Amino acid sequence: MATQSTAAFTKQLTKYYSFYTGGFVAFVILVAILEQMGVPNKILGYMFLGATILLYAGIGVMAKTAEVSEYYVAGRRVPAFFNGMATGADWMSAASFIGMAGTLYLSGYDGLAFVLGWTGGYCLVALFLAPYLRKFGQFTIPDFLGARFGGDIPRMIGVFAAIVCSFTYVIAQIYGVGLITSRFTGLEFQVGVFAGLAGVLVCSFLGGMKAVTWTQVAQYIILIVAYMIPVVWLSVHHGFGPVPQVAYGYALQKVTDREKVLNDKTTPDGAREESVRQIFRDRAAAADAKLKGLEAGGSAFLTEEKKKLEDKVAALKAQTDPSADPKAIEAAEKALGAFPSDAAKAKEQWTKDKGIGARAAPIKAHAQPFQGKDEKASDIARKNFLALILCLMVGTAALPHILMRYYTTPSVKDARKSVFWSLFFIFLLYFTAPCLAVLAKFDVYTILVGSKFTELPAWVNAWAAVDKTLMNISDINGDGIVQLAEIVIGGDLIVLATPEIAGLPYVISGLVAAGGLAAALSTADGLLLTIANAMSHDIYYKMIDPNAPTTRRLAVSKGLLLVVAVVAAYVTSLKPGDILFLVGAAFSLAASGFFPALVCGVFWRRANKMGAILGMLSGLGICMYYMYMTYPFFGVKAPLWWDINPISAGLFGIPVGFIGVIVGSLISAPPNKEVQDLVDHVRYPNLETDYKAATA
Amino acid sequence: MQLTQKHHEYWNRNLKVTATLLALWFLVTFIMGFFARELNEVVILGFPLGFYMSAQGSLIIYVLIIWYYAHYMNNLDQEYGVHEGEEV
Repeated sequence: MATQSTAAFTKQLTKYYSFYTGGFVAFVILVAILEQMGVPNKILGYMFLGATILLYAGIGVMAKTAEVSEYYVAGRRVPAFFNGMATGADWMSAASFIGMAGTLYLSGYDGLAFVLGWTGGYCLVALFLAPYLRKFGQFTIPDFLGARFGGDIPRMIGVFAAIVCSFTYVIAQIYGVGLITSRFTGLEFQVGVFAGLAGVLVCSFLGGMKAVTWTQVAQYIILIVAYMIPVVWLSVHHGFGPVPQVAYGYALQKVTDREKVLNDKTTPDGAREESVRQIFRDRAAAADAKLKGLEAGGSAFLTEEKKKLEDKVAALKAQTDPSADPKAIEAAEKALGAFPSDAAKAKEQWTKDKGIGARAAPIKAHAQPFQGKDEKASDIARKNFLALILCLMVGTAALPHILMRYYTTPSVKDARKSVFWSLFFIFLLYFTAPCLAVLAKFDVYTILVGSKFTELPAWVNAWAAVDKTLMNISDINGDGIVQLAEIVIGGDLIVLATPEIAGLPYVISGLVAAGGLAAALSTADGLLLTIANAMSHDIYYKMIDPNAPTTRRLAVSKGLLLVVAVVAAYVTSLKPGDILFLVGAAFSLAASGFFPALVCGVFWRRANKMGAILGMLSGLGICMYYMYMTYPFFGVKAPLWWDINPISAGLFGIPVGFIGVIVGSLISAPPNKEVQDLVDHVRYPNLETDYKAATA
Repeated sequence: MQLTQKHHEYWNRNLKVTATLLALWFLVTFIMGFFARELNEVVILGFPLGFYMSAQGSLIIYVLIIWYYAHYMNNLDQEYGVHEGEEV
């Protein structure tokens, strides 16, 4: 294959993917026609998800390989442009595709930490790592650590860190796969997880990195089309024109004006909001009073409260007036039935009731950064915003499944260009997300709020019926008109419901589901491959049996892939904790564990084995320690350091990691001649002579 | 292999461009992020500047930083004769 020139290969690829895109568009049109003919939505959903998974599997079969370098690094002949697309799909996960716009909708400016962190990190990839790793030209990230710092210990720590952060991250992806398949096909969540995983496996199992690369390019095309169509349509629908990314400033202004009106009690709309908020405040105050009573009176208070309810029921029943409302008795009896049976339960329930007071808070201004009750709270918010950005950026530049992609380009030159294309393709989605959030907010604030409960838009009723956590709307103050305080929206709703908000047919909803699935599957693919390769290449081949024949190496690799996938799917089906925290944790861990050692390995000749070991261990150690001590899930709940949230534990891990590398290197002997030659080898693209890259 | 004077020069220029671009990256990310509240006082085309920079402006600058680096370094390789042989 090496006889084919890069230019000819690129041309051929362009042809294939143009055909492919055309075919996909034709497929979407076909489904649209079927919809018009009256085929039920559920069947359309199956068609979309089934067809795309079959397509990915098909690419996997076509790209099957038995060659080591094709299996691990796609034969190192992926042109920069296509590697950029593949990296984009590899990078953008279910959290980016479905969650991002929702996070921005809910948290306004402060949510932009994710937008900045997940794009700016590529500057670090480009400046510090990609070209040098490409020049080094092996198969995995632990490979570099092993060669640069010598011996099995740095490699071993690298493998450990790669597995820890990739596994944490893959759980979040498979969770996304399960969520989408179950929502659009009606399968059980657990079944959905395994069904989606089957698609991932056929692909990576047969063709390793080669198959994954070409599938990811296909997935990128689907996901970007699926993201753009509804947003552009929504923008045109509201009269902001076909380039919403430029024009949404106008929508933002309207949203901001609307926020002011709704927060102003002297306007009619603001007064209606206030009446709802007052109800929430009253409910919270009542719950608080009961909690205080419970604390003071203990179980005696509980009995007394119960007695009051019993008396009320009795009094209502004793009423002989025929005009008495039978519903009042029913309601009183229901309240009595729901009365907590003991003090612990009462405390739990009333604390929960008290929480409703949060809904009485005024609307947060969308574009206003770092809101807090006073200046101090605002400064803390700013500190955490910047800390989170740093962790996400440095983590981006240290996640093995991304760095690995730059081994697959034909040259150092292409690696540099490829980082540019990667960020460009990622940028297309990320700079659209803030605009989608504002457009959705514009729709809700100006059209939904103020409309009548009897005339709610169809999408509101449809989603409220599907899932109360996504859309919950009820007439709290009983005036028949929707107030903003009466709506609770779950973040994921924004992307999922955009086609319906914009009045598009169901086929576009199916397309969005296919896009979300593509995002989750492509990331899961890359991560699973990273984990399996770290185990098969770095542990089995490099440390256990360096003489293993090619066939056995690949067999081990594929076997491990299967095991890892099944374990990951099993863990996911248990539905562990908070997805956003898992993702954040993966970034902080990667940032603290890998980044200092990798960067010093290239830029500081003096860095040596002891430095790498000390740096990686101390970075990872401090990061894990801080998370364990402060994240509520672990139950320690130690005080925060400088008010930094546990998700940004990397803020401490990164500098400690660097100090570790420096101190460790200075207290031990400088690296030998061979390692110094390796440093030169990675720094100058043309040096071939001294460092002999171990050939596969 | 003994590195020539040319190699050192190449590396120094690489370090210089890396440092410059890193400073730019730091400025748009952290300095502008730090002053986002103040930047929001300026409104352009309906966008408060602080919001716009974090939502879109900085992203555009990141893309340009990487483009410039790739462009600059690929030329530098040619200039100092350290580029790889034509790949097959």
